[in-house]
Amino acid sequence: MKNCLPLNHFVFLWLLTNFLFPRFEKEFQTKLILTESGDVLEIPEGTQNLLGTLSLEGKENIIIRGKGVDVSILSFAQQEDGAEGLKIINCKNIQLEHFTIQDSKGDGIKVQDTDGITFVNVKTEWTKGPNSKNGAYGIYPVQCRNVVIDSCISIGASDAGIYVGQSEQIIVKNSEAFHNVAGIEIENSFNVDVFDNYVHHNTGGILIFDLPDLIVKKGQNVRVFDNRVEENNLDNFAPPGNIVSTVPAGTGIMVLATSDIEIFNNRILNNKSVGTGIVSYFMTELPVTDSLYNPYTSAIYIHDNVYKRKKQIPTLKHDIGKLLFIKFGRDVPDIIYDGMPDPKYTDSDGVVFPERNLCIYNNSGSEFVNLEIDINFEKWYTPYFTRFSQDVSRFSCELPPLKEVLTSH
Amino acid sequence: MRTSSLKRSAYQSLVMLFLKTTNYIIIGLWGLLSLVNAHPLDYAKPKLSDYEFFREPISKQISIDSIFPYRISTPLFTDYAFKARFIVLPERGRITYVNEDIFDFPVGTIFIKTFYYPSDFRVPEANWNVIETRLLVHTPEGWTGYPYIWNNEQTDAYLEIAGGRQNVSWIDKKGISQSVHYRIPNFNMCKDCHVIDNVFQPIGPKPRILNCENAYGGTPQNQLEKMIEWNMVENMPPLESIPITAEWDNNHYSLNDRARAYLDMNCAHCHNSKGPANTSGLFLEYHEKDRKKLGVLKPPIAAGRGSGGLSFNIVPGKPNESIFIFRMESIDPGILMPESGRKMVHKEGVALIRDWIESMGGNP
Repeated sequence: MKNCLPLNHFVFLWLLTNFLFPRFEKEFQTKLILTESGDVLEIPEGTQNLLGTLSLEGKENIIIRGKGVDVSILSFAQQEDGAEGLKIINCKNIQLEHFTIQDSKGDGIKVQDTDGITFVNVKTEWTKGPNSKNGAYGIYPVQCRNVVIDSCISIGASDAGIYVGQSEQIIVKNSEAFHNVAGIEIENSFNVDVFDNYVHHNTGGILIFDLPDLIVKKGQNVRVFDNRVEENNLDNFAPPGNIVSTVPAGTGIMVLATSDIEIFNNRILNNKSVGTGIVSYFMTELPVTDSLYNPYTSAIYIHDNVYKRKKQIPTLKHDIGKLLFIKFGRDVPDIIYDGMPDPKYTDSDGVVFPERNLCIYNNSGSEFVNLEIDINFEKWYTPYFTRFSQDVSRFSCELPPLKEVLTSH
Repeated sequence: MRTSSLKRSAYQSLVMLFLKTTNYIIIGLWGLLSLVNAHPLDYAKPKLSDYEFFREPISKQISIDSIFPYRISTPLFTDYAFKARFIVLPERGRITYVNEDIFDFPVGTIFIKTFYYPSDFRVPEANWNVIETRLLVHTPEGWTGYPYIWNNEQTDAYLEIAGGRQNVSWIDKKGISQSVHYRIPNFNMCKDCHVIDNVFQPIGPKPRILNCENAYGGTPQNQLEKMIEWNMVENMPPLESIPITAEWDNNHYSLNDRARAYLDMNCAHCHNSKGPANTSGLFLEYHEKDRKKLGVLKPPIAAGRGSGGLSFNIVPGKPNESIFIFRMESIDPGILMPESGRKMVHKEGVALIRDWIESMGGNP
């Protein structure tokens, strides 16, 4: 027994140092602090357990590179401090590639106040499946410019898998998001292209939202095209109080209070409640006190999409789902409009200026319904007694296509 | 033969001379360049004792005569750690008063903040466990912060840019033993709080926050007055004209002022329109007057689990329905606020904010 003592001692010391401050964490954090422009920081193969957030601050031209998704894994399952897995703030031209971030207590990768941030082949995931105890966002650039998210995977976020907020010049492509509340969410952002993504088995597939009380006020110029948006029927597991907790399970694409949107060439299949929803902020029933905020949608162009929907009951855990079920049974329309045009863009007869209209053109298999909530939702029971208009002729129009987004990095 | 070798050696020495001079030029240029491009860490010394701030033994934190000890009226909560604070001015350097929120500190100024735990909080002057000392240094390139970690022998502290963690235990004021896995922030984490509008800057030493009494070895005196006595400040207006920020734990001040001071010092370094939490639209500075921006009936933006299933940051009269309280009472890193520097619940702080939200009941 005595002979074992030094070994025990050594093991104990090793355990102590690794539990208090894992060696990888300390070494990598030191590199992140000392790194200089042009450096490539390598994440080795294998799973690294970290107790705290890794942070990169005030750096330029840095690449953080792993050996591959699910090959280089940073696990935050035992995290005890910091609200993110990886945090990047106030940087320029940063590229993240080929690694996985798992089980962070808050957001997976948060990038703030950075011009030029590229994610290639990065995965963020919560490994225990959809759960309200998972962190909010997987890949989360906010207040950034020139954002590229390419070939990434995001799984299990209790808010949005890929979330771009208050940013500009953004491309999200070739990526996959599932088992999140929102697959991809674009919030208060402008000049955005979302294409060639596979967004499935979330509560809501792709959300384009504008929220009040923020510094970046207005999102616009968002193109959503060539995506597969399928089976987003997962029960909503977002903690209440968050805006995405109001999204009905079974939502394919939803535009909330945002303008100048083009949605085309998507396959929007088997989302049980709302294939594509175009709604004002009034649908959230939250108060608006921000005088600079525009709660309406306008200039929304939905064309050349394929809609298919097998007969199924919309979610009954959401008022809109219940209403749709009562009105339409298992045959719910694909495109749902709340019928709230921006009064700024309507003439004295209430007709919307043609260039600011909602236009629905050349989609296959799409049924339409206009909820006209300003006349039909006076009392809580009134919608159940009205006959909603399914006449799409007022919206059969075309709008000029939006411009392609170019990022400068 | 002889002439050619002479020639050769003359030639050689010329070459050598040339090489030497260019060497000096290169070294000189290199030196200049490195001055221009100095890394923030170039200004740090490896050990705390290298700075010669304190009398021996330095763990007692008794500063030499030219260094000004101070306190702030409402401090940031850091897991019940005690803090010793000092201002070091460069020789002949003076502080300029700008307004109630801004002192302009000369290049060369250093703030010292030492975090320690007395082993028994009922006898706070004895048996200290000194954990870390943070220096905030005004370099020619701007402010920057350095973390120093104390050794077990408590003889010195060493620069550790990656920060660290330590198990700390103590007996609290009620005689109950407490412990925490204390986090010593890394070099980047300094910036979590200290970068406002992309500029690294001090947070605590604002005139309105220094405008309170300090003990000074038994004869309490206003700190600003003491600074004038020490001839440290230029352009200081009459003291009566400088506002006072409430002391959060002093009932002499109103509940509202104490709560607002607490939020100002514990939250507003991020939660202001130019700070890193401006993404949230929640602004908690002392002077903020817009109740929605203060959180009253304001829904969260990107709180995730931090909402706790609640709809608003503050519901007047209902602390249990207010996200503020939920996040202050949490120790889950994905939920708790402030995000860094806290692993324990600050019970007394929560009680204050509870009372404050409760008191809004009659006046929604």
